[in-house]
Amino acid sequence: MARVVVDVMPKPEILDVQGQAVNRALGRIGVSGVSDVRQGKHFELEVSDGVDDETLHRLAGSLLANPVIEDWTVTRL
Amino acid sequence: MSATRVGVITFPGTLDDVDAARAVRVAGAEAVPLWHGDADLRGVDAVVVPGGFSYGDYLRAGAIASLAPIMREVVDGAARGLPVLGICNGFQILCEAGLLPGALVANAGLTFLCREVVLTVGNAETAWTCDYATGDELLIPLKSQEGRYVAAPDTLSALEDSGRIVFRYRDGAPNGASNGIAGVTNEAGNVVGLMPHPEHATDALTGPSTDGLALFRSVLAGVPA
Repeated sequence: MARVVVDVMPKPEILDVQGQAVNRALGRIGVSGVSDVRQGKHFELEVSDGVDDETLHRLAGSLLANPVIEDWTVTRL
Repeated sequence: MSATRVGVITFPGTLDDVDAARAVRVAGAEAVPLWHGDADLRGVDAVVVPGGFSYGDYLRAGAIASLAPIMREVVDGAARGLPVLGICNGFQILCEAGLLPGALVANAGLTFLCREVVLTVGNAETAWTCDYATGDELLIPLKSQEGRYVAAPDTLSALEDSGRIVFRYRDGAPNGASNGIAGVTNEAGNVVGLMPHPEHATDALTGPSTDGLALFRSVLAGVPA
């Protein structure tokens, strides 16, 4: 078994309104100096050793992320 | 001559299947209930994918539903020319299934929007809009959290150039949708998706108008009786 992490982020050109709302809230807890926040998703997968990188990228790009609006990275830990 | 049979899919979390089925009947067709877990279209002549929060909007709105057994059949049917209409969450599902271009993301104002909107018909030649004329205006409800239509710039250009933007918000998109887009169609014109709810505007007693009814009438014209 191996642990695989898939991180999914909104594409840079997609307005991330959730990240903006988080950024505005940071000011309310007295934090300054944060210029931008973007919010994404973090998946941790337990996979068999037989699952190859191509399969991991396929599952990331066809279900965990929507390529129209999101970028993703696959990392084996 | 039997009535046109229009399937209405129910997923876990679907809300508007009852209203969609009623709109189908008001338009003069037979509404056929379809279940998300069945890989069976029951021989229907057209399919409506109604609104709601399928699978609780987990992962992304429409993402899980787009892989349900019934959706494999819808995708295959659409390729053969089966008329498919996606409303609100149904539009999100059709985009996630790859039947329509683009995606729906969180409203620009981050709030759930529930209001009446005026749409302008941009293409009256699809399976679901042939009972309208180009330029017609519809007063129908919009109720969504993730209704902001987005697509890559070249996709938007292609949609504009080929007349595939079926509905636009007349007075500006309240959700920040690109190019004011409320609804689009596929290249063949048999698949249409829109965020606002025509099925809630089919009866003067409960809706702001009956402007939505013509979508459900349109599909009768294209289906051999």
